[in-house]
Amino acid sequence: MHLVLFLLFAAFCLAGAINLLLQTHPINSALSLIVVMTSLAVLYLLLGAEFLAAAQIIVYSGAVMVLFTFVVMLLNAGREERTLGSHVARAVGFPSVVAIFAVIATVILHAPGLGAAGLNDGITSTEDLSKVLFHELLLPFEVTSVLILIAILGAVALASKGLGTAHEREERPAGK
Amino acid sequence: MNPLLNEVPIAWYLLLSATLFCLGVIGFLIKRNLITVFMSIELMLNAVNLSFVTFAHEWHAVKGQIFVFFVMMVAAAEAAVGLAIIIAIFRARATLAVDRIDLMKL
Repeated sequence: MHLVLFLLFAAFCLAGAINLLLQTHPINSALSLIVVMTSLAVLYLLLGAEFLAAAQIIVYSGAVMVLFTFVVMLLNAGREERTLGSHVARAVGFPSVVAIFAVIATVILHAPGLGAAGLNDGITSTEDLSKVLFHELLLPFEVTSVLILIAILGAVALASKGLGTAHEREERPAGK
Repeated sequence: MNPLLNEVPIAWYLLLSATLFCLGVIGFLIKRNLITVFMSIELMLNAVNLSFVTFAHEWHAVKGQIFVFFVMMVAAAEAAVGLAIIIAIFRARATLAVDRIDLMKL
């Protein structure tokens, strides 16, 4: 059962990722990324991470991707023009991607002592997770909330900057 | 039921994670739209999260999952700021094609 579910959702993941590369319209890429993220949530569940599976759907497939689709709609992003890209990307980028993948795959396949994941291995409950999070790692958790607050302020400041100058442009002649 | 059907080698999860990461890098290199380039970065972050969860399962370490939680939070903050930057760029240059946003290119 685990094998069947793994193969099914791994195939969804890879198909979504490849579709993201092949599509030329950003909204299609965004929708394939949602497929990838939701399938990853199922894989997390297979690995016994129930809280992360829920968080993946809420945070990634929900919040982040809605933000992406909103920006695609807001900017009215059209079909992308396919160009060859820079010479550096072709000369250095693609060989190094192949090299990195070859190295990682070799290391993984020759690593000793990697076991197998079964459905009966037990799940990490949210209770266990919260015990570690709120006892040992309380300070990083609180610092993250400050980070998110700063990110909100930064996003508002960046996105409203153009609007502010437009207002100033309108107001300046009227003031004179 | 066949017992072999009930378990999956950990290496397969790690290979899937490596493949997704490399697809993300390829997307970063070939995509010519600012938003899709940003989506490729999110794909890479997700691939790394998968390997974190796999190792947390393999070694029964809860802290691996907590690390994924922090990565998700930072990625959400990064997405908010990054998309705001994309909106600001679109206002200034009226394009999303990365070939035309080359002011800082050597």
